[in-house]
Amino acid sequence: MAHWTEVCALDDIDNEDVMRFDHNNHTYAVYRLNGKVYATDGLCTHEKVHLADGLVMEHVVECPKHNGRFDIRDGRALGAPVCVHLKTYPAKVEGGQVLVQLG
Amino acid sequence: MSNPYALRGDADAADSTPWFSPSIDRKLLKQLMQRNDRHSLWNYGLWLALLLASGTAGVLAWGTWWCLPAFAVYGILYASADHRAHELSHGTPFKTRWLNEALYQLAGFMTLHEGHYWRWSHTRHHTHTLMVGRDAEIAVHQPVRLGGLLLDLFFLKSGAAQIANILRHACGQITPDGLHFIPEAERPKVIRASRIYVAIFLALLAACVLLHSLLPLVLLVGPRFYGGALTQVFNLTQHAGLDENVHDHRASTRTFHTNPVFRFLYANMNYHVEHHMFPMVPYHALPQLHAAIQSQCPAPAPSLWAAWRDILPALLRQRRAAVAVVSV
Ligand code: FES
Repeated sequence: MAHWTEVCALDDIDNEDVMRFDHNNHTYAVYRLNGKVYATDGLCTHEKVHLADGLVMEHVVECPKHNGRFDIRDGRALGAPVCVHLKTYPAKVEGGQVLVQLG
Repeated sequence: MSNPYALRGDADAADSTPWFSPSIDRKLLKQLMQRNDRHSLWNYGLWLALLLASGTAGVLAWGTWWCLPAFAVYGILYASADHRAHELSHGTPFKTRWLNEALYQLAGFMTLHEGHYWRWSHTRHHTHTLMVGRDAEIAVHQPVRLGGLLLDLFFLKSGAAQIANILRHACGQITPDGLHFIPEAERPKVIRASRIYVAIFLALLAACVLLHSLLPLVLLVGPRFYGGALTQVFNLTQHAGLDENVHDHRASTRTFHTNPVFRFLYANMNYHVEHHMFPMVPYHALPQLHAAIQSQCPAPAPSLWAAWRDILPALLRQRRAAVAVVSV
């Protein structure tokens, strides 16, 4: 059965923003966007920079180092200098808490 | 002896040494990172309108002495595409992606920075800023050769090198530095775009022959050369005379204050320390970013002139400097 991990309260993340979440030696990025939540690997696939320091614009997160962009819904790399897609994880809100089904 | 500034064998290795990063409130930074189509449409629109006006004045006055001041203004504006292409390569001026990309291609052509190659080269510059043998965009090599820097007041050295790169790429061959930082899957894009550049160069030469006039070249490509002095003066302030091989932009990069006209032409890149620390912040928010972190950075030179009063003696000293190559 799928195991959901509690990450934080929904209110801990601003709307259209991202938060870093570390668990079992792995870094994730958890996003809040218009009432929905999303989760991806936390490090950019280009040079392993924390995406939580980046900018969320609609459904895109932009990496703080070289402005590489990913679609947070499916992890798609949207163009140079990011060429490798980002891994995504199912995420949901329950009772005001953000839950993520980690790898 | 081989050039120590050419990218070397381990140029692509990851570098785990942390860079100095100033503390800044996340909410403020997020606000500063916001893109603003309205601001940029106004700023870039003004730049294009001034280009159009001065270019038209130059064409109308062609054959008279009056074309000289018109093309002097046109050339300065045209060559300042270098700074706009730089900002657009970061994708920061416009929220609307296609606007950003379309203007990037235009400004990239104007400054003869083929867009795909330049994006990868500049990515490398931001990862390994001023690391000898790793950063392909170190403008001043030590020991300093003043002749080359002077030639670049008219873009003669860098421009010739860039055109040579474009020709080489158009022939399907990637330059040795490019092989380091352009992933294999991206190389065909560089080759395709370079062929388009060459086609435009040929069309331009054909137009000159057909019209029995140099006017087409004075309007396109040429102005990057004859109007390039101020762009060179701006670009050299970024890192010239500062420390190579340090993981701290406060030591390798320079910020200076300047007047609104120069800030417009230079797209606020006089806040260069801030730009390197937070490349996500668009040009129009750099003054606020500067205010937010200035207590953690060295005091900027109060003017372009003051910055050059520091740079010039440093360049003269570096004529005899030995190159230190960092190992990480
Ligand atoms: S590290 Fe993310 S785009 Fe380069």
